[in-house]
Amino acid sequence: MTQSVIVQVGQCGNQVGCRFWDLALREHAHVNKKGQYDEALSSFFRNCTSGALLTYLHPQAVLIDMEEGVVNGILQGALREVFDSAQFLTDVSGSGNNWAVGNLTYGSAYKELIVDKLRKAAEHCDCLQCFFLIHSMGGGTGSGLGTRVLSLLEEEFPDVCRIVTAMYPSAEDDVITSPYNSVLAMRELTEHADCVLPVENQSLVNIVNKISLMSHGTKPGSVLRKDSAVTSGQGSLSPTEKPFDAMNNIVANLLLNITSSARFEGSLNMDLNEIAMNLVPFPRLHYLVPSLTPLYTLADVNIPTRRLDQMFSDAFSKDHQLIQADPKHSLYLACALMVRGNVQVSDLRFASPTPTDPKMTSTFLLSNNTPIQQSFMTLRSFNIFLLLSFQAHLHHYLHVDGMDQSIFSESLSSLNALIDEYHHLDATKARLLPDAPRLSIAR
Amino acid sequence: MSVVTVQLGQCGNQVGQQLCDVMWSDAQHAEGKTYSSVSCERFFRRTSQGDFEARAVLIDMEPKVIKHSMNKAEKCGRWRYGETSHFSQKQGSGNNWANGYSVHGPRHRDALEELVRREVEHCDMLAGFLPVMSVAGGTGSGVGTFVTQCLRDAYPSSFVLNHLTWPYGTGEVIVQNYNSVLTLAHLYQLSDAILVHENDTVHRICSQLLKIKQISFNDINRVIAHQLGGVLQPTLTPDSCGTYSRHPVGELVSALACHPEYKLLSVCTIPQMSSSSMAFSTFSWPALLKHLRQMLISNTKMEEGIDWQVRPPPASAGRTGSLAAGSFNTSLANLLILRGKDVYSAETGAFEDSAIYTSWLPPEEAFSLWKSPVPFNKYEKSATLVSNSQALLRPLDDMVRKAWNMFASRAYIHQYDKFGISEEDFLDSFTSLEQVIASYSQL
Ligand SMILES: Nc1nc2c(ncn2[C@@H]2O[C@H](COP(=O)(O)OP(=O)(O)OP(=O)(O)O)[C@@H](O)[C@H]2O)c(=O)[nH]1
Ligand SMILES: Nc1nc2c(ncn2[C@@H]2O[C@H](COP(=O)(O)OP(=O)(O)OP(=O)(O)O)[C@@H](O)[C@H]2O)c(=O)[nH]1
Ligand SMILES: [Mg+2]
Ligand SMILES: [Mg+2]
Repeated sequence: MTQSVIVQVGQCGNQVGCRFWDLALREHAHVNKKGQYDEALSSFFRNCTSGALLTYLHPQAVLIDMEEGVVNGILQGALREVFDSAQFLTDVSGSGNNWAVGNLTYGSAYKELIVDKLRKAAEHCDCLQCFFLIHSMGGGTGSGLGTRVLSLLEEEFPDVCRIVTAMYPSAEDDVITSPYNSVLAMRELTEHADCVLPVENQSLVNIVNKISLMSHGTKPGSVLRKDSAVTSGQGSLSPTEKPFDAMNNIVANLLLNITSSARFEGSLNMDLNEIAMNLVPFPRLHYLVPSLTPLYTLADVNIPTRRLDQMFSDAFSKDHQLIQADPKHSLYLACALMVRGNVQVSDLRFASPTPTDPKMTSTFLLSNNTPIQQSFMTLRSFNIFLLLSFQAHLHHYLHVDGMDQSIFSESLSSLNALIDEYHHLDATKARLLPDAPRLSIAR
Repeated sequence: MSVVTVQLGQCGNQVGQQLCDVMWSDAQHAEGKTYSSVSCERFFRRTSQGDFEARAVLIDMEPKVIKHSMNKAEKCGRWRYGETSHFSQKQGSGNNWANGYSVHGPRHRDALEELVRREVEHCDMLAGFLPVMSVAGGTGSGVGTFVTQCLRDAYPSSFVLNHLTWPYGTGEVIVQNYNSVLTLAHLYQLSDAILVHENDTVHRICSQLLKIKQISFNDINRVIAHQLGGVLQPTLTPDSCGTYSRHPVGELVSALACHPEYKLLSVCTIPQMSSSSMAFSTFSWPALLKHLRQMLISNTKMEEGIDWQVRPPPASAGRTGSLAAGSFNTSLANLLILRGKDVYSAETGAFEDSAIYTSWLPPEEAFSLWKSPVPFNKYEKSATLVSNSQALLRPLDDMVRKAWNMFASRAYIHQYDKFGISEEDFLDSFTSLEQVIASYSQL
């Protein structure tokens, strides 16, 4: 059995991470009625008691934030029992939504400490297969220090797979510098990650609204209000439902799905190291767009049960996708449809004639497809616009030790190159590619 | 004489387990005492406690499947695997042939060789090796190729008969065609003969002949095991002078693989039906053989949808490569194995017709017949045909074509390069398989 370690950085990273741990614990508690430490648990949890009975479980996680609010909130919340303060790394003042502060200032100051915590986490693993890094792209700590952690992981653990879940800001994000931060972070993701699962906050908002519409039959917005969707972490986490929780549950579900075959047994299991192998045909094009169906398992809603084949086609529609770009008419470089539940090969090969128990089944799609470039292009145009009109913000970055203009321009050209690569592939789609001429054999 | 089965990867370990089980239960229920004991000697050994242990070694780079197969055997309570006859690691090869062949294989070479050597020492006389594996994943295909190479080196005068499961045409491992091409090209240099089952074909047998609704790998593997058992259980051969043959693998190889360019063997068995319809059916040898012959020449892999229009071309007409559907399937060599009631009265002249063979081998050399009066695996009469013909040309050509198209854009090559398999290595493999395709086309 292999293990994975989750590294959650910044406000967003830690909030999403905690939703994951909460849901994962519930899922295991549901399956593991006897409360015994088993193989399934061992992939993400460490047993700290001697006997087989569960009294003390540690999530294999490292929690990093450059302010204390969110992490302190966790220490006071329901999950306080499971974490150990040695897993935390915090500072007090935050990165002020500035990538350079996170990446360079804090990155240099905390480098040794971070590596130390990562090594400690790795030491507890019998066979470490994967690091899951979770952070936002818009703030300073997640995007800056998070991507610094990514390159530290590459240096320290070159053979361990690095999968990043990155939350992209919505167009009306109230962090004004978020496009800068995103572009600077993108270059790091393109160069150092094995796979990136991009998630746009706008898509999460849309899905949450849709769910609440379905559940209440009232106007959307009753669950999640626009103005609450974008906050800068104030550490004001009350023990009740928090503004991002509904959105973060969706991302946590995505992580639950992707890790489920590592956590549970099954005859059609997919190993985590098979994801990059099958879905990344070219090294830099490793952005895998996630989709989830059915959505209503996320909320407690009674909606007519769905058949497996319906779920499959839903998975390919825009509404179920976690980024905004429209997948229609796009070129799929590769995609993997993952199904959880009681299904056999036959169901996956042919449309299933009988409805499968919907409570048991959910599907989850990862696509490496070209429309992602639309999102990247939006990001780029924002940046160019910002560079022209808000020159004033730049000095906040350029003041930071080690930061200079060239890092900006290199990041932009890295993004340009990435867009070009997708664009180039998309252009080949129009021509129906004939079979490549085969090798001929001299007789 | 004994056969050592080498189970590799998920597929190999699942198929291998079913194979041992079929061999065992057939031998136990068989009417003939000698048949039973020859069969047992071939595939099982007695421990000092009198229990039966399979002459098999289990190899995978992850532990789950091996554990599962060992438990399954143990639970059936009739036979089991040797307690130390397995080798596993913690993490699979991630669907990457190069990882299996260049990393895992060499790294564990000593342990793997030792494992096989111990099993060989248990045999009074070794008839040969039967490595069982899929070609689409990373461990079976990559480590399997490596282990086959080790067997060749360590036992230069023993027979090695590889059993391969070919992947579904679509929908599983994206890099399956690359892995298949690399495996086949290498095995072609190493093994004496290559027995192939295609998952698509076996799947159709399960749904159309056995009427199974929700088909699992378990169902598919039972069919494969049944067909393989039909080949490998004891028979009387022309060389065995009225007793059960002692050289099952060697005689199979010399009957079918007489030329180093032609090593691909397909298998079909009739009848195959659900046990409920078996109760209402009677079989006659003439009808069975008539069907089987038409299946052979029309390249229909199961007893349904046989194209009765296909006829051997007139002797004068030149033969052409037959990639198209509905055309005549030319054989190089065939081995017909008949088991069951009245087997000595069966008339097999239709298989000795020179019109179904290539012109350069006389039918008396191209055709072999093995018989056993003992009904096999609950079928009163059963006929299995192992054929070295153009039957696998089309699926092989599809595999190479799809892999070549992917190779044209160099997609995924970096994943192999990482483990030391370069573009050059790919080109070599493509070249040698194009050669095989050309040779079979010209039969
Ligand atoms: N989905 C989601 N997005 C969040 C969450 N918290 C913040 N964000 C988004 O993340 C971006 C801001 O980044 P944060 O994660 O708050 O910032 P940080 O990494 O803590 O960095 P600093 O606060 O600058 O130190 C904005 O786009 C927010 O909309 C969350 O819990 N869930
Ligand atoms: N017939 C049959 N095919 C199987 C079975 N299990 C897997 N396969 C096929 O095998 C291929 C995948 O290879 P696996 O055997 O799972 O891979 P592996 O050898 O374990 O290698 P890695 O998991 O990549 O390390 C696919 O084509 C599957 O259809 C099985 O039990 N029976
Ligand atoms: Mg913050
Ligand atoms: Mg495997």
